Amino acid sequence: MAPKREERVLKMLSDQDKIFQNLHGFEDAFLEGAKKRGSWSNTKEILSKSQNDVIELVKSSQLRGRGGAGFSTGLKWSFMPKDTGKQHYLVVNADESEPGTCKDREIIRNDPHTLIEGCLIASYAIQATKCYIYIRGEYHHEYVQLEKAIAEAYDNKLIGKNACGSGYDFDLYVHRGAGAYICGEETALLESLEGKKGQPRLKPPFPAGAGLYGMPTTINNVESIAVVPTILRRGSDWFKSIGAENNTGTKVFCISGNVNNPCTVEEAMGIPLKELIEKHAGGVEGGWKNLKAIIPGGSSTPMLSKEVCETVLMNFDDLRNNGSGLGTAGVIVVNKNHDITQVIERFAHFYKHESCGQCTPCREGTGWMFRMMQKLVRGEISPEQLELLENVTKQIEGHTICALGDAAAWPIQGLIKNFKPELLKKYNQKRKAS
Amino acid sequence: MSGNHPGLSNNFIRSGEKFEWSKENLKEIKKIISKYPKERKQSAVMPLLYLAQEQNKNWVSIECIEAIADTLQMPKIRVTEVASFYSMYNSQPVGKNLIQVCRTSPCWLRGSDKITDTICKEAKCGINETSEDNLFTVVEVECLGACSNGPMIQINNDFYEDLDQESTKQIIENIKNNIPNKIGSQKGRKSSENA
Ligand SMILES: Cc1cc2nc3c(=O)[nH]c(=O)nc-3n(C[C@H](O)[C@H](O)[C@H](O)COP(=O)(O)O)c2cc1C
Ligand code: SF4
Ligand code: FES
Repeated sequence: MAPKREERVLKMLSDQDKIFQNLHGFEDAFLEGAKKRGSWSNTKEILSKSQNDVIELVKSSQLRGRGGAGFSTGLKWSFMPKDTGKQHYLVVNADESEPGTCKDREIIRNDPHTLIEGCLIASYAIQATKCYIYIRGEYHHEYVQLEKAIAEAYDNKLIGKNACGSGYDFDLYVHRGAGAYICGEETALLESLEGKKGQPRLKPPFPAGAGLYGMPTTINNVESIAVVPTILRRGSDWFKSIGAENNTGTKVFCISGNVNNPCTVEEAMGIPLKELIEKHAGGVEGGWKNLKAIIPGGSSTPMLSKEVCETVLMNFDDLRNNGSGLGTAGVIVVNKNHDITQVIERFAHFYKHESCGQCTPCREGTGWMFRMMQKLVRGEISPEQLELLENVTKQIEGHTICALGDAAAWPIQGLIKNFKPELLKKYNQKRKAS
Repeated sequence: MSGNHPGLSNNFIRSGEKFEWSKENLKEIKKIISKYPKERKQSAVMPLLYLAQEQNKNWVSIECIEAIADTLQMPKIRVTEVASFYSMYNSQPVGKNLIQVCRTSPCWLRGSDKITDTICKEAKCGINETSEDNLFTVVEVECLGACSNGPMIQINNDFYEDLDQESTKQIIENIKNNIPNKIGSQKGRKSSENA
């Protein structure tokens, strides 16, 4: 159920509550600037807490993963076995390839020390002395920035042996991807790190039991890790005071497509979608009345009708209750000047191109769906074929090794759900014309 | 399926020239391998593919693959498999400037088709082709992760963002005239701030 109107009045995010004080790079991205912004100020003290305490604090902040699935970060850490005597790993997912998403990029190039400090603290919590950041290959400039910041952290003894004088030894490495969306899927990412093709693994075993090189491993998104130092510094109550129960904290949103000022911005979790667009992105091109639909959380989340966009809140639960999801918080706005079927056809092309080919429903299905979408764009899909298309998306969903199959199916389902009469009209018009 | 840029071949070929690691790269390789556990040298295959590509004028020949297999004591077929799975390893020579135009919906909604047309016209180069003067190779690619700055393109390592036809034309012109381009936003934004 969507919350009532009165409950929607949210505390606006004040500048001092922003975690990423240099999200847009107007100030020094490196150590001196980072220290001024509060990074590394009492890391030793944080690391003097027990590992369990750190996990509990993160759990109680109700931080949920920023990589798409929204799983509780603290809970995920608590699944790591303890005192195994094995090498544990933290792997940070900086593959950022979901269309509509470009938030980790800003964190990495403009505020890299938030991430590096987060890596140290998170690794400490799960008893990992080694961490790899897997960054998408195309982010070359971001990679250079990150390596520079890591070198600074080593030089200043913030990481490495006896990190921050805490007695904990910690090594941090960067591994570059090379242009494969599927490597953002956590087990494909591990395969890739191991020097293989990035093809997802069957689960179980889950990474916490057997992950990188068969060792206990936690995989988290860049933003999930980069907010951790501030949570521990300002307290989980502070984090929880922003947003709503189980949908807490600040969130970096990326707004793209048909808005007047596309941008990336940190806001309170749960800001109304309409407000996000109007306040930060200068509104829809041609005005709100010219809005066709919005894809709220990256290409794989089903689109929302204009009507839902009027009231929906940008958080995990409200978007789910409205038939979509927060995903990566990549908000893609489509106005009436564009053919909505073409938007989805392009996504279908994307998924066809990025399927790793391991499972038949995905490998064959993404190709077939793309061809059907091409026909749909041309107005050549009859009502029966449209039903068939919808059925096939449901047969792919949930029947593949990884969620890329679902991700390919959902956008098409969202299109049919919201615009069926229009799609049928397209067919009839084409028939009349020919 | 994943693999090389759509349209560019996925078959690695011989260059006919010997490939030997440069002195600097031999040092670099040591550093790279030390990031991974001793018995897990294979993890270095992707960074080494990058290194070889860089040393080999931006493409990976079979000779490069053999050198990597040898260095990492891996079967050649495993290296080839990895090289062909990822789109950023070029299986054939490319022009001096590899231009990748993002075609995915967020950029398309802001006019990426016009950017592609402008580039093809100005660079005198079709999609998936290399221009006669060997200055440009043009490919269309999927989302490059800069959607709030679309439409955008990548030229070799650099992103050019917030493009329109005018600025795109200027970028190509500058390359032809050996004038350095300003990377990032072409509309004067610092990054992706609301402006
Ligand atoms: C096809 C596919 C692509 C994904 N791409 C990314 C990605 O680029 N970045 C990311 O953080 N998570 C991505 N994920 C989600 C990861 O598998 C994983 O859930 C996430 O990194 C966990 O981090 P979190 O708990 O901090 O969100 C992807 C998942 C799938 C199925
Ligand atoms: S669902 Fe698709 S991408 Fe995922 S493992 Fe199967 S074939 Fe590969
Ligand atoms: S769609 Fe072009 S950069 Fe994401």
